[in-house]
Amino acid sequence: MQRRHLIQGLIGSGVGGMLGASLSGCASTGTAAGGTRGHVVVVGGGYGGSTAAKYIRLLSEQRIAVTLIEADAEFVSCPLSNLVLGGQRQIGDLTRPYSTLASKHGVRVLQQRVASVDAAGKSVSLANGERIAYDKLVLSPGVEMIWDSVQGLQAAQAEGRILQAWKAGPETVALRRQLEAMPDGGTYAITIPEVPYRCPPGPYERACVVAAYFKRQKPRSKVLILDANPDVTSKPGLFKKAWSELYPGMVEYRPQHKAMAVDARSNTVKFEVQEDVRADVLNVLPSMRAGALAVQAGLANANGRWCHVNFMNFESTAVPGIHVLGDSIQVAAGMPKSGHMANSHAKVAAAAIVAELLGLQVNPQPVLTNTCYSYVADAQAIHVASVHEFVAEQKTFRAVAGAGGVSDARSEQEATYAQAWARNIWNDMLT
Amino acid sequence: MNRQTSSGTGQQQDKVGRMRWRSGLALALLASVGAAQDQASDAQQAAMRQRMLAATCSHCHGTDGRAVEGEAFARLAGRPADELLAQLMAFRSGQRPATVMHQIAKGYTPEQLQSLAQFFAAQK
Repeated sequence: MQRRHLIQGLIGSGVGGMLGASLSGCASTGTAAGGTRGHVVVVGGGYGGSTAAKYIRLLSEQRIAVTLIEADAEFVSCPLSNLVLGGQRQIGDLTRPYSTLASKHGVRVLQQRVASVDAAGKSVSLANGERIAYDKLVLSPGVEMIWDSVQGLQAAQAEGRILQAWKAGPETVALRRQLEAMPDGGTYAITIPEVPYRCPPGPYERACVVAAYFKRQKPRSKVLILDANPDVTSKPGLFKKAWSELYPGMVEYRPQHKAMAVDARSNTVKFEVQEDVRADVLNVLPSMRAGALAVQAGLANANGRWCHVNFMNFESTAVPGIHVLGDSIQVAAGMPKSGHMANSHAKVAAAAIVAELLGLQVNPQPVLTNTCYSYVADAQAIHVASVHEFVAEQKTFRAVAGAGGVSDARSEQEATYAQAWARNIWNDMLT
Repeated sequence: MNRQTSSGTGQQQDKVGRMRWRSGLALALLASVGAAQDQASDAQQAAMRQRMLAATCSHCHGTDGRAVEGEAFARLAGRPADELLAQLMAFRSGQRPATVMHQIAKGYTPEQLQSLAQFFAAQK
């Protein structure tokens, strides 16, 4: 008891000050949002960024100041957003405020766009001209569409004719309207780019829930899946079983269909090898890369598309002091670009950043988990799960052998789990 | 003179002795500060690592095991450690059937599962 008091006293006064002396440069930026051990700026309020912001505050016991910069006023979840297309959910059901991060955890939340990163000067510039200094920067900017990969797509998207809805929000609602306006007997077609892309099972889940909607309301309609890959890239057996058993004659899967161009007038997609396809509602997903800010900041050192990171702390291998999370990174083997995984990245990065700023040792054995639920019908879901351990010799994560796997079969129980997963992970990020 | 000298020397010796004692105390204090600092850091590090291991469960079971009420996933916070460990080990061995937990529990060592059980049991 007495010793504990002594230690606390020492940390509270002299020793803490000595420890903190090397960080004194941070204090000036840190005090604005209540931190005394440095200031972390997090850009991007999705599954990665929000989690990082909250956990840096939690783990540092509010000693590290955190500013979260996010362009949107509220968080809208990509996971579950396919259900909006199927009509089972409204976009409001997937929307959560950022305000609790501020009120409960003391995160300074700025609704702003970041214009540029000055890595040498350790600051970011906002679109409104304001400059914000940081000790550590966390970027979780998601993905950007590579528009050039499908000729004519960007113009067709700008006109609102051929959509992606691969970031949940107004475009999800717009694509839902296109599906609602489609007459019975029409065709909805989704094209899938080569891996890696955000959310491997997402396109196949989307095909399922759109088919479920058609089955209820427009039973003569068709769903066409045009995949650049040689086979279904996630949970192939379970998805194919769902298509043949639940939507016979309605869902058609065609592999090796790499979209090269679109014609918005005739609603046609052209492929590298295969015949053109015309559809009433076209949902064309081009190739993807790290979010624009990461590319612009010179972090996309994996083929100009993704960001290599040191997996022990998720620090960029291109620019020190900048940590990159989520879909933007060059993944390790078996690591999907998913919201759950971004949340897992964020926790490892948050713990490492806190350790570094508080003068502690960075955990040499971080653990990641992933579970992705996919709806295959209005009230049936499947999952894929994995656990990932850090392998120091190879400086990477690998899926733990013998762990993880997919559902034995689709079930209603797993649909309730999918909902519970969403509610819990949203809280884990935002409240 | 002698007396004075001796007394002077005595005072000096006293002074030197006090200084030695003081510097000795200072050194001892510094050493104990160092040790306390190390102990505090070690304890802080260990606590943070245990909490972050538990955070690999929080996507589904809530931050620090406090799951959203009324949803399908179990709240882990505040449940007895031996009960939690027994369930986790049963998932890990496949003895307790599950949709996903048997696959996830196999990703952890028995020592990690014990650490998780202890952490969640200690939460309110």
